[in-house]
Amino acid sequence: MIESVEIYWNPLVWLIAFIVIAIVAYIIRAFGKKEHKKGEQAKPFLSGVEEPSKEAVHVRGGNVYWGFVEALKGYYGAMKKMHSGRVNDYVAWFVVIASILFVVLFALEAIL
Amino acid sequence: MIYNLPFLTVVALIAIGMYAMLFKKNLIKIAIGLTIVESGVNLFLITLGYREGGIAPIFTNLPPGMSPEEIPEKMVLPVPQALTLTSIVIGVAVLALILSLAIRIYRHYGTLNAEEVRRLKE
Amino acid sequence: MNLMEHLPALIIAIPLITAFLTPLVDRASKKARNVLVFISLLITFILVVLLVQRVFDKGIITYVMGASNPTETIPKQAAVPIRIVLEIDGLSAFMLLISIFISFIGLIYSFAHIKEGGGRFYTLFLLMVVGMIGMELTGDLFNLFVFLEILSISSAALIAFEFKRATTIEAGIKYIIISSISALFVLFAVGLFYGEYDLLNMAAIANEIGGALSHIDKIALILLFSAFAMKAGIAPMHMWMPDAYGEAPGAISMVLIATTQASLYALLRVCFTIYNEALHVVFPIALILLGLASIFIGVTMALLQDDIKRLIAYAAVAEVGYIVLAIGAGLYGFLGGGDKFASLEMWKVALKGGIFHIFNDVLDIGLLFLVAGGIIYVTKERSLNKLGGLAHSMKYSSILFLIGLAAVAGLPPMNGFASKIIIYESIYGVSPILSIVAILASIVMLAIFVKIFHAIFTGPKLAEHGEVPKYMLASMIVLAGLIIFFGLFPDIVLKNLVNPAVNALMEYGKYISAVMG
Repeated sequence: MIESVEIYWNPLVWLIAFIVIAIVAYIIRAFGKKEHKKGEQAKPFLSGVEEPSKEAVHVRGGNVYWGFVEALKGYYGAMKKMHSGRVNDYVAWFVVIASILFVVLFALEAIL
Repeated sequence: MIYNLPFLTVVALIAIGMYAMLFKKNLIKIAIGLTIVESGVNLFLITLGYREGGIAPIFTNLPPGMSPEEIPEKMVLPVPQALTLTSIVIGVAVLALILSLAIRIYRHYGTLNAEEVRRLKE
Repeated sequence: MNLMEHLPALIIAIPLITAFLTPLVDRASKKARNVLVFISLLITFILVVLLVQRVFDKGIITYVMGASNPTETIPKQAAVPIRIVLEIDGLSAFMLLISIFISFIGLIYSFAHIKEGGGRFYTLFLLMVVGMIGMELTGDLFNLFVFLEILSISSAALIAFEFKRATTIEAGIKYIIISSISALFVLFAVGLFYGEYDLLNMAAIANEIGGALSHIDKIALILLFSAFAMKAGIAPMHMWMPDAYGEAPGAISMVLIATTQASLYALLRVCFTIYNEALHVVFPIALILLGLASIFIGVTMALLQDDIKRLIAYAAVAEVGYIVLAIGAGLYGFLGGGDKFASLEMWKVALKGGIFHIFNDVLDIGLLFLVAGGIIYVTKERSLNKLGGLAHSMKYSSILFLIGLAAVAGLPPMNGFASKIIIYESIYGVSPILSIVAILASIVMLAIFVKIFHAIFTGPKLAEHGEVPKYMLASMIVLAGLIIFFGLFPDIVLKNLVNPAVNALMEYGKYISAVMG
């Protein structure tokens, strides 16, 4: 339980919400058809083609979010360029940050 | 002006060292750049400890004609020297580690070029 | 001799001595070596708990090496007291507790996967613990540099420990190069302070800096800030983090998080204690911006990764971003920025959230690293493209991993949610955009972990594997238990550990007067 100036959170509230959602989900599930049969009906229909084994069609981790990465090609291209893996670049970023701070701090002094 | 010379050397050393670290691709040269920066910092520390006309803070080895009563005014505080020594020792350890890793890099990659030693990227 | 008086020195001495005993004992017996390391770390753990208890009871504790009080000088006429002073306040106590706890868990975990070269491993491990703890104990800037270097050298050697794989060596050499360059700039800043004030003690320097900053102070501040920011892995200086975390052996990835946070602690010390109210308002803004960058780069880059540990490492970058974002917002309010924010005292809440998140980050990401290490140990495979269907054989691991990723993504009722909600609500006062980015990044984080969970655990059984070894499982279960416990009762940590730490940050005057008298 967190109580401070404006923040309140109690795990109990979450637990109650969880139970309510579970009950709603159960009710929705109860509307399902009773006469469903396992076996024949559970199989996917692939226009009569035999279903390949589960091992053969398993989607590997590298393919997940392929579309997301493809859509943001420009951004990811820049990011890949930035994460070059060269140790010189690692040091360069340190120099860049330090010099930006240096310029800002001393330029502000001169302006104000 | 002449008293600023060590400080100018410090700046020059650090600049040269950083140049090597930023633009040299050979890992050994990068290690050399690191040592040059380190020498610059060490020189800076040791320069801070210099006092004109100061004597070494060793009671048993005073210059002739000096009594132990007037010591503290003349003696320099040995802290910067202690700092420098510590820093040199640490520098040796770091350099040894970098070089030993560089040897292993060479065995695995067959090169010391930072352009090619980047299987870890993105 | 009162042992309780000498706790701070003993906490450093015991692991340090054991570190150099370990290779000797290793020659006699492997089992004796494990027992020795375990006992020494256990004793250190107990001593840290005693010390923390004392700090919370009595306030700040100072321990002076070689004298009875910090201001005593030898010879008597000299004006400058220079000696090593250990100083422990609420924040140090908080960090100490985290560090030693994580090291202890890491040690238990490592018993399962360290088969050969154990003598070297445990020597380096204990030295790493010494460096980490020393950084958090010390009140002296030069001493901080020494411990930083001990930490860097030993962690670099540990990252490159599995030297048969080429990439570990690469990660090690990158880590040691960037560590030593940042440590050298810390040393340069220490030299600047020494030249200006003839002082090395943090409290004494803070006392001298007072109100206005000289040019030398500013240069030292910039150097210290960027050097510690690099060591803490704040974007865009985070690139070493995925390399190091991703390639380190099993438990070391987790302990490395705690070492990164020791650097974050040093950053906090510099900002809040040494410079306190004289700090330029540019720095909190820089922290906020860099924090946002860390979160954004961390989550988006994690989405790309195919290596299991590297993916988690990018998530760790994002988690550091959350901490830095909240602390930057807190610092902004501390310096009087943000009118509405300051009047509501929300900045204290932001600070609280940030400090609390330090604790949660190491538990959550630590658990993920432990499970990932277990998977790599069992399957000898790191690529997400080759793993799959492990939930069939590794039931416990998959449940523990689910707990860990729910905590990292900030789902209730895990502890990650407890600190993230504090951060979201408090940084809203600085700018609503910050909260929006933070929440969106949290959602992307969940998406990342859907990917990793799908890739590792779901799907058909691809190969026959056993469960992870018992030691690994035990340490994971401890972490998972704490994650759920502190998610359900976050007030325990907030009241007992986080509040004293936040108060210690704000009452910098007490830290100064504890040394200066």
